[in-house]
Amino acid sequence: MLVRYLARRLFHSVFVIAGVVLVVFLVMHMIGDPARLMLRPEASQEQYLALRRQLGLDDPLYVQLGRFLSGLAHGEFGDSLWQRVPALPLVLQRLPATLYLTAVTVIIALPTAVVLGVLAALKPRAVTDRIITVLSLGGVSTADFWLGLTLILVFAVQLDWLPTSGYGGPQFVILPALTLAFRPVGRISQLTRSTMLDELSKAYVTTARAKGIPERLVLFYHTLRNAAIPIITLAADEMAALLNGAVVIETVFAWPGIGILLIQAIEHRDFPVVEAEVFVIALMVVALNLIVDLSYSVIDPRVRYS
Amino acid sequence: MNVQLTAPGTRFAATGRGEFVRALLRDRVTLSALAFVVFVVVAAVGAGVVSPHDPYAQSLLLRNEGPMTPADQGIAHILGTDALGRDQLSRLIYGSRISLTVGLASVLVSGVLGTLLGLLAGYYRGRADDVIMRVVDVQMGFPSLLLALVILYGAGSGFLNVVLVLAITRWTVYARVTRSLTLSLRETAFVDAARAIGCTNRRIIFVHVLPNLLSPLLVLATMEVATVILTEASLDFLGLGIQPPESSWGLMLAQGRQYITTAWWLVTFPGLAILLTTLSFNLLATWVRAVTDPVQRWRWLGVRQSSP
Repeated sequence: MLVRYLARRLFHSVFVIAGVVLVVFLVMHMIGDPARLMLRPEASQEQYLALRRQLGLDDPLYVQLGRFLSGLAHGEFGDSLWQRVPALPLVLQRLPATLYLTAVTVIIALPTAVVLGVLAALKPRAVTDRIITVLSLGGVSTADFWLGLTLILVFAVQLDWLPTSGYGGPQFVILPALTLAFRPVGRISQLTRSTMLDELSKAYVTTARAKGIPERLVLFYHTLRNAAIPIITLAADEMAALLNGAVVIETVFAWPGIGILLIQAIEHRDFPVVEAEVFVIALMVVALNLIVDLSYSVIDPRVRYS
Repeated sequence: MNVQLTAPGTRFAATGRGEFVRALLRDRVTLSALAFVVFVVVAAVGAGVVSPHDPYAQSLLLRNEGPMTPADQGIAHILGTDALGRDQLSRLIYGSRISLTVGLASVLVSGVLGTLLGLLAGYYRGRADDVIMRVVDVQMGFPSLLLALVILYGAGSGFLNVVLVLAITRWTVYARVTRSLTLSLRETAFVDAARAIGCTNRRIIFVHVLPNLLSPLLVLATMEVATVILTEASLDFLGLGIQPPESSWGLMLAQGRQYITTAWWLVTFPGLAILLTTLSFNLLATWVRAVTDPVQRWRWLGVRQSSP
């Protein structure tokens, strides 16, 4: 059963990834001409046309598309138009930084959000609940780059505890990860609160409490496990957003991830890099969603795949 | 939630005063959120009257001066001045016009578009549903900031393009919500009844289905105003949003960034303006959801009745 399910999912995923990459190809080719941007303004029309021919941009769109698709089938995206090196390795080389930042952010955000959500659900409408609700709405309402700048101002400039920006030892990842954690903490804690509230009113919780099981166990073992599926789904959603490359936060903290690469590539109309990066992102998000779907049956044995 | 549903009156009576005080505290939060939104809207509309200074008037002698610096004439620069010696409070007031207009306009466009397409997909099902929802799927598989960046690099930045881009990237949310609600509404008895007495499809959609969608859509739209204001600020920050000499809160933040170590007020105040405004919209949305939700409504009504 599981094998058939996996096979079907894999088949489906190939189409999703192909669709997304195809849309990127078409949109990028519609919006701009890299050749014009690569030449100095005083370049002659002959130079311009020669460059277009050299880059293969004067071919009809369907010829370029055919070339693109056959490359894609071999896992090749061509060379970056600006850096003259293969596009895919260029993206993969930036990937560890983004994965590192994503991992630290999730490690900070998920436990914080769950604990806050459970605390709020314990006494709905009490003062703690109200404070947590306003805080979590605040996390969703903050412009992330402003938060990043403010954290830099306080912890790097004023207190001089942490570096302002850059990439290196563990001290560099703290501020960007904290900044990125705010939004997921806000969203996940609100969802944890409402799911926990629903679960806590169910009979098995009353039974568990009646049996004299310590409240801590009732909350974090019995109830939280039943509330876990929507929480994990939302957490995966937030993680997918982080894997897309935190374009703005990477810019603020000069973090050498795929976000900065992407915005530079779009700016320069560097088609192969944009296409390779979107492909890599789509692959990661599809894999993440598959892992999450499979985790459902681990959390809740009633979930079966067919 | 279910526990409270079983015996609302008793629970409220039993907790009495404590519950009342806490409920009042909660109400006060919502009340301040509403007051703040009203305050910002009034300031934006009446910018010409309430601004202490001309937002474009430069003063080379008063560049990057801190809050409460006395001005050449008139009221002091309460929130300081920027790198060109312009009064920051006045610029914030004028900037609110752009930030709010972008937020409200793009929510209006995307909301109307998404709701109409969602109604079509959910009510007629079949081919229309397939086409619309596949477009939604592909677009949602695509990072929305990437989509916005690509379009803005292609079409150029500026006020109108920013509104359109934000509308294009956000309509899918409304389409999905509207479709799912319409799917269940079309199976209800009152829609069957309307059909039986010979109502046209158009009449059923707009007179019988749409009014039932308004409160969830209102909640969604209120939260979307906050999301869109934040996204617009990000686009400004990346240099693709509003262009000078026009100004918005996001652009003020972006411009203040290079002076962060020497003039903290240039980053702090525009950011606070964005935070407080979006937070207020989100608080209002939460409240609207609570009072329009039949399960939660009694609490609010109960609290109202028992207040002196």
